[in-house]
Amino acid sequence: MAAQGNLREGVRVLGQLLIRFLVGGLFVSAFAVFGTVLKPRSFAGLFGAAPSVGLATLALTIATEGKAYAAMEARSMLGGAAAFLVYAWCAMVLLYRYKPPAKIFTSLLLFLWLAVALTLWFYFFKAGV
Amino acid sequence: MYVKLNLAALAQTKPREYAIRFLFGGVVTVVTGLIADKFGPAVGGLFLAFPAIFPATATLVAAHEREKKYAAGIDGTARGRDAAALEARGAAFGAIGLAAFAAIVWRLLPDHPAPAVLIAAAVAWLAVSILLWRLRQILR
Repeated sequence: MAAQGNLREGVRVLGQLLIRFLVGGLFVSAFAVFGTVLKPRSFAGLFGAAPSVGLATLALTIATEGKAYAAMEARSMLGGAAAFLVYAWCAMVLLYRYKPPAKIFTSLLLFLWLAVALTLWFYFFKAGV
Repeated sequence: MYVKLNLAALAQTKPREYAIRFLFGGVVTVVTGLIADKFGPAVGGLFLAFPAIFPATATLVAAHEREKKYAAGIDGTARGRDAAALEARGAAFGAIGLAAFAAIVWRLLPDHPAPAVLIAAAVAWLAVSILLWRLRQILR
């Protein structure tokens, strides 16, 4: 009986993860299409910071955890967005000036995003709503 | 400078490149949910603004520009990296729009219908991002 319950819970969790994966993939792909077809390049770049993961995650979180929980996530998202601004600005300046390989450089720079985001979380968002 | 629609770019993008974006988006959304489950919404929320597909997009942009120049008999490596830098400039404006998105959801979600709040926040993201991009065009 307990084993059957565990199995059912496992299937439910896996199902939720699969839905998250599909919804996230669809939202990100849809915004990426806009970034592909729009010109000039600097305008298309706006879609590189589209709220695709935010929309997908918040919609699912509201459905499963409720609005108060999702609002708390959105509050911290402010810190993530500030970290994204630092990330993108550094990528722009350093790519122009030193022309490092885009793939390696923009991937390594994700550590900068993480450092800035966690610092902001520690000082401003740790306490909750 | 005017904004143009270049639908031919869709055909230039390889199926593998679409698949990579889908995969990245799916994985980041799953990981964000798992982080929120493990460490709570205050930490998980940070990852709603994770630059999920920016490295993939910048890499593709640089590669496309390089290939275009290569076809014309020119080494386009530096030009490709300049194109990635331009993409990053747009993303910086988009990130400020992302903050507007987050602020609207944070303040309005508890007392208003969720679909309306998410739509309003997405519109705010687009409006703020375009406004900043346009201001940059006017002021430069």
